[in-house]
Amino acid sequence: MTRTMYEKIWDANLVHEPEAGSPLLFVDRHLMHEVTSPQAFEGLRLQKRKVRNVHSILGTIDHCVPTKDRFNIVDVIAKKQVETMTANCEENEINLYGMNSNQNGVIHIVVPEHGFVHPGMVVCCGDSHTATHGAFGALAFGIGTSEVEHVMATQTLQQKKAKTMLVKVEGKLPAFSTAKDIALAIIAKTGTAGGTGYVMEFAGNTITDLSMEGRMTLCNMAIEAGARAGLVAPDQVTFDYLEGKEFAPKGKDWPVAVEYWKSLVSDEGAEFDAVIELKAEDIAPQVSWGTSPEQVISVTGVVPSPSDFTNEVKSQACASALKYMALDAGQKITDINIDIVFIGSCTNGRIEDFRAAAELLKGKKVAAGVQAIAVPGSFPVKVQAEEEGLDKIFMDAGWEWRDPGCSMCLAMNGDELKDGQRSASTSNRNFEGRQGKGGRTHLVSPAMAAAASVAGHFVDIRDWK
Amino acid sequence: MQPYIKHTSIAALMDRSNVDTDQIIPKNFMKKVERTGFGINLFHNWRYLADNVTPNPEFELNKPAFQGAKILVAGENFGCGSSREHAPWAIADYGFNTIISTSFADIFFSNCFKNSILPIVVTDEQLAELMAEIAGNEGVEFTVDLEAQKVTTPGGLSIAFEVDAFRKESLLEGLDDIAWTLKHEEQISAYENAQKKRLPWLWPSA
Repeated sequence: MTRTMYEKIWDANLVHEPEAGSPLLFVDRHLMHEVTSPQAFEGLRLQKRKVRNVHSILGTIDHCVPTKDRFNIVDVIAKKQVETMTANCEENEINLYGMNSNQNGVIHIVVPEHGFVHPGMVVCCGDSHTATHGAFGALAFGIGTSEVEHVMATQTLQQKKAKTMLVKVEGKLPAFSTAKDIALAIIAKTGTAGGTGYVMEFAGNTITDLSMEGRMTLCNMAIEAGARAGLVAPDQVTFDYLEGKEFAPKGKDWPVAVEYWKSLVSDEGAEFDAVIELKAEDIAPQVSWGTSPEQVISVTGVVPSPSDFTNEVKSQACASALKYMALDAGQKITDINIDIVFIGSCTNGRIEDFRAAAELLKGKKVAAGVQAIAVPGSFPVKVQAEEEGLDKIFMDAGWEWRDPGCSMCLAMNGDELKDGQRSASTSNRNFEGRQGKGGRTHLVSPAMAAAASVAGHFVDIRDWK
Repeated sequence: MQPYIKHTSIAALMDRSNVDTDQIIPKNFMKKVERTGFGINLFHNWRYLADNVTPNPEFELNKPAFQGAKILVAGENFGCGSSREHAPWAIADYGFNTIISTSFADIFFSNCFKNSILPIVVTDEQLAELMAEIAGNEGVEFTVDLEAQKVTTPGGLSIAFEVDAFRKESLLEGLDDIAWTLKHEEQISAYENAQKKRLPWLWPSA
């Protein structure tokens, strides 16, 4: 019988399927940060339970970290959360890339840098953007804090099998279109609930042509389509990325592992519960205009009108988004002025992202009145960028070059939009208030963000000089 | 966990779709290391005026008729976005134990069951009928019977709903699901021992 990659990983990780109750799925890797773990540790303590497999966990501190003067956490409650994470990891001997580590950064950037996730693994974290690691052909998904506690205590999750969706993208992307634009175009097509109940497998030659960084950006946003997880089949690009990394198999284990990983790809003719297809040629640089990641359009487009939607719910959502975003139907996307530009996050905080932005910023200056902030996803990304001289390009253009953290993606660390401010942001969510109460977020790729910082409004980078 | 008991309670109407977890509990309130006390900040940015204290009279849950509601009736794709369990913690702490919608985001749906909250999925037509009944009679009380898997209303609606048998049992009895899983300790250990042979590089060398 043919099986999809998801079904193979499910079968390989199924511990037990009792007649009554829930199937138990084995969790190979457990990622952790300061926001969603403290109550789980407290739960273990109260029940006198122990962490079952300490080696399966890797932690970082990222959400609450200031990107300027990083040790000076002004908010006492946030400071306590950071201290609690440090203390919990010490007490349980958990590997933590904490505040003093030169490997610190955003969890979904740090973990791949160390080769901690491999194809075929089940990976979870109290964070919805765990979907990122599907780029390696791992089944990776976000869980709540009760489940964080459950995984620490049992190394398993009570799971129901998901449905499978094949998302096929074929063809050559237009100039300047990136994995971010593919992700946004997919969400525009499926809607933010289109993937609910599904694990999406991204396939087609456009996807296999992506680097690991690009695949991570794409899978990162599978959750924005509502999917439980995203997957990309492991191939030579995956193996080359992993080889030699700290937690990658070594020596005689390496060829055995690669053979195993190759066996995980979906069988020829395997059946998916749903299939959607996109042509890469159709994916121009994207800009979100509303308060949901599905409210997105090509940079060449105009802000839609509620009457453009036949579906009543979507029409209402459009009207409410236009009000919150202070946009007029029919307004050209390239006429939208911005106040703040943010490049960073687990979606677009990798070295490729800063390279792409720097390419456009060379010899340019940020527009008057615009604040532009570059936040590398991790210290290794920051160091690499500095070795390549990218920091200088950013700063010469008038950008701030900051220390790593989640920063303005969810604005827990003090980096935030003020009421009414408008951003061009490489992050993943444009929800109301996500970047600060009353703040207005437009999601774009790093190159689009860089160009907007110079022009002061969105521009079609394909004919931008 | 508290057992979920059949109840008759005020149903509050939230006629919005894609209510995301950033709205349910904004990130500024996620810095605490406790599980309790999030109710006061439920829907904070919608619920309070600019001073962050005064209730916004325009916000539906601030209507006098909806005070004390245990049932929330809302539009599709409720709970989308972040995995934060602070969202169901805030919902439960505020006093809701039941949410009715046409669809829920996966992680939020699963988190509800860990916090004695019953998420009920109904059809578009059923949701429209339930919403119409509340809109026409604010403060109306619905009865939710998990055992019988039924929602009934004074207006005569009787809606049967589906729920996973194991989750139903867990809610009704308030089970500790870690304790349930640990009953399968033998199978977990056997799995681990087999994996150590099959994929030895995943384990620390002895």
